[in-house]
Amino acid sequence: MNSLLEIKNLSAAYGESKVIADLSFKVPKDRIVCLIGRNGVGKSTTLKSIMGLVKTPSGQISYNGEDIIKLPAYERVKRGIGYVPQGRDIFPRMTVEENLELGLEAGGGKTRKIPDYIYELFPVLPLFAKRKGGDLSGGQQQQLAIARALVSKPSLLVLDEPTEGIQPSIIWDISKAIRRVNTELGITVLIVEQYLKFVMGISDYLYVLEKGEVILEGETDSLSQEKVQKMMT
Amino acid sequence: MEQLVTTLFNGLSLSSIYLLVALGLAITFGQMGVINMAHGEFVMLGAYMTFCTQEFFKNFLPESIGSFYYFAAIILAFIVTFGLGCLLEKVLISRLYGRKIDSLLATWGVSLILQQLVRTIFGAQGVNVNAPAFLRGGLEVNGLTFSYNRIFIIILVAFCLAMVWLLVNRSRYGSRMRATMQNRPMAQCMGINTKKIDCITFGIGSGLAGIAGCSVALLGSVDSTVGQNYIVYSFMTVVLGGVGNLFGTVIGAGIIGFSSIFVENYQSASIARAIVLLIIIVFLQFKPSGLFTIRSRVLDEGV
Repeated sequence: MNSLLEIKNLSAAYGESKVIADLSFKVPKDRIVCLIGRNGVGKSTTLKSIMGLVKTPSGQISYNGEDIIKLPAYERVKRGIGYVPQGRDIFPRMTVEENLELGLEAGGGKTRKIPDYIYELFPVLPLFAKRKGGDLSGGQQQQLAIARALVSKPSLLVLDEPTEGIQPSIIWDISKAIRRVNTELGITVLIVEQYLKFVMGISDYLYVLEKGEVILEGETDSLSQEKVQKMMT
Repeated sequence: MEQLVTTLFNGLSLSSIYLLVALGLAITFGQMGVINMAHGEFVMLGAYMTFCTQEFFKNFLPESIGSFYYFAAIILAFIVTFGLGCLLEKVLISRLYGRKIDSLLATWGVSLILQQLVRTIFGAQGVNVNAPAFLRGGLEVNGLTFSYNRIFIIILVAFCLAMVWLLVNRSRYGSRMRATMQNRPMAQCMGINTKKIDCITFGIGSGLAGIAGCSVALLGSVDSTVGQNYIVYSFMTVVLGGVGNLFGTVIGAGIIGFSSIFVENYQSASIARAIVLLIIIVFLQFKPSGLFTIRSRVLDEGV
């Protein structure tokens, strides 16, 4: 199967402290892939490495056949990677509309018109278009963060713990939206997550990380939830 | 009544000058969080640019267009200080983000270097800028005279304020700038080259100081320390209004300018300064984040 993203022997560090070492995995095109593992195994660091937000002293990050490891974050985004970080990181003093317009610019859009499908996926956003991002609830901020990444028309959507601190009904809405962008818009999705039920329900392929290495992988349907659960505790 | 009108006009004039100097700081300090102690020296350079342009027009261009030197000076002062600001950001400030005390000390060093450089080139003695012909004299209303150069400065400040507001709040560049200042890594993930934004934004803040220098040059003799007279009040203007809030900067400048002039009516200038400082110190005890603070549900929003 064609890989959109391929990580080979990647190491990443914060200053002198190495968080992941020799990590390798692939994200096949058009699929939803999840990285799971206990706290501190390097899941978020892996995503930050893909985005160019942490030092990656060695390894290869191949996106669409191009090694992007030396590129700054803004160049990676322009190549079609959309990022939804842990904790959302919406721009709190900018309105919902302004947050989304930044996403449009990231995708090279010349207009300021937010595509209709964004508001269709997240109907709550047009209601708060003029409200400051920092005034939204956690769930609304998460929807805004995903919408902002989507308006840049990415080929790969990278999400870091999208269910963190979100109420169950909104988790369900987010899950539906992610599934729709994957099937209807053909966007490949890579998710880091700890909420196993969500992961088992949404992903096609699963990697379990431990100490910065993959210790289990496979089609989600072929893995038993109990076995995965055991590896996470 | 006449005295009140004169006091109000003088207060407005002083406030507008503080505001013009503080506008640049509202960007470099308010938006970027850089304590640039060389900001006053960019004001001084703007003033010297005005002097140089005046001399160039006087010596090399026909007398009939001599009065236009001032408009050329404003443009030149902006371009030169913008360029120097960009250079300072690239060479020094960019290495000191997140290290406020270090950047304070380093830019203080830059301010001393610039002062000495100007002293070496132009001498320790101050130079004089003559107001262009159309700014000489004043507007007479009911026996009161409002000097044209002060009216011009008020208009210039209003123009600069409008331009800065439009740039920050209504332009694409402004969106990128605000995104960068609010969350640099995330701004990069929006496809923004944040290093470029930092550099240009610092340049714009410095360029505004250059324009402020053109105004300051109309009000008195220009020497290497002319910027120092305004820098402390301008920092206080930004802090008083609420760091990062343009509207707060306007109100802060108004409070400091008007209160200085009102107190000066009854006391000497130095006592007035001390009283205004005291008022600000007491005020900040009760509202340390300034007049206008930004409230948000995002936990890491400090102000």
